[in-house]
Amino acid sequence: MEYILIIIAAVFVSNIVLNQFLGICPFIGVSSKVETAVGMTGAVTFVMVIATIVTYLIFKFILLPLELTYLRTITFILVIASLVQMVEIMLKKISPPLYQALGIFLPLITTNCAVLGVAVLAVQKDFNLLESVVFAIGNAIGFGLALITFSGIREQLDMANVPKQMKGVPIAFIVAGLLALAFMGFAGIA
Amino acid sequence: MSQWKNFSKGLLKENAVFVMFLGLCPTLGVTTSAVNGLGMGLATTFVLVMSNIVVSLIKSQIPDKVRIPAFIVIIATFVTVVEMVMKAYLPSLFDALGLFIPLIVVNCLVLGRAEAFASKNNLVTSLVDGLGMGVGFALALTALGAVREILGSGAIFGLSFLKGDGMLLFILPPGAFIALGYLIVLANKLKEKTA
Repeated sequence: MEYILIIIAAVFVSNIVLNQFLGICPFIGVSSKVETAVGMTGAVTFVMVIATIVTYLIFKFILLPLELTYLRTITFILVIASLVQMVEIMLKKISPPLYQALGIFLPLITTNCAVLGVAVLAVQKDFNLLESVVFAIGNAIGFGLALITFSGIREQLDMANVPKQMKGVPIAFIVAGLLALAFMGFAGIA
Repeated sequence: MSQWKNFSKGLLKENAVFVMFLGLCPTLGVTTSAVNGLGMGLATTFVLVMSNIVVSLIKSQIPDKVRIPAFIVIIATFVTVVEMVMKAYLPSLFDALGLFIPLIVVNCLVLGRAEAFASKNNLVTSLVDGLGMGVGFALALTALGAVREILGSGAIFGLSFLKGDGMLLFILPPGAFIALGYLIVLANKLKEKTA
């Protein structure tokens, strides 16, 4: 039950993109087509879950006992950067088709604040390992839900007739605002 | 290119937020008030200037293949400095900015300037570039924070000029997206006039 609550909270109530403002760059950057949005979601889910597990273990068993918690930011970002590199190399060897599909998105993930954000949040919230994993999965689903919904809207938006200055990103932001407004309705289920 | 031109390009013409759409997470996340926006802007400016300086100084020592991890370590170092100083001297701002302080590390603006500018230019030019970009970023955040604070709580820099509540929507997440959308439209208009 507890785990279901964590997932519902992460996906709907405090959606990572529309409520927490993490991962806005890919949200705006790769959301012009549904196809790329799906690819990005896959890559982010993969890295987010693994990164949360690894950073959790490092924090609990290395940084905390040695009282080096002020090195958290540096350690986490290094772990994520090297993890992304490793995933890229491994995917290339193990599953070339998957690499073809996710390849271009992987380097972008290092600077996706959603990944570092979830890793830091999981530690801050004092979750245990299983809760952290569930939390990461929930946030990845939330990221995917927001990104894919939004890319569907943006495909339609291309055909709409909007004022010249609002074309492209500005109108995307305003629509994202309306989407966030819709997601606020989920606050009621908390 | 004169240094003034180098500095001023970050203010409007190549403004990080309004034109290049970089560093959007903190832009939307912390700007519930003008003061928070300014604080975040100044913290990012510090990291940006310091990392630009260091990167431009040691650019010839860094092997090309590991330059991105090297930049990230440099940036993370200064972010940790900001984190510790702010926690010690500005605890209320530290609490308000919360998660977004460690996230300066992954602000694409900082890494972008290190990669695209500081790794190719000398010390002074990189310093001025970092300062200009940082000030432009701080201006954008303060502007967005001010708009949201005025509309959302009827106050500016904490000074209330309205009795009762404002439009709560602008303090809540959806208002951030909508306000930023309209500010970008405004910046586009301004840019057209000056161009």
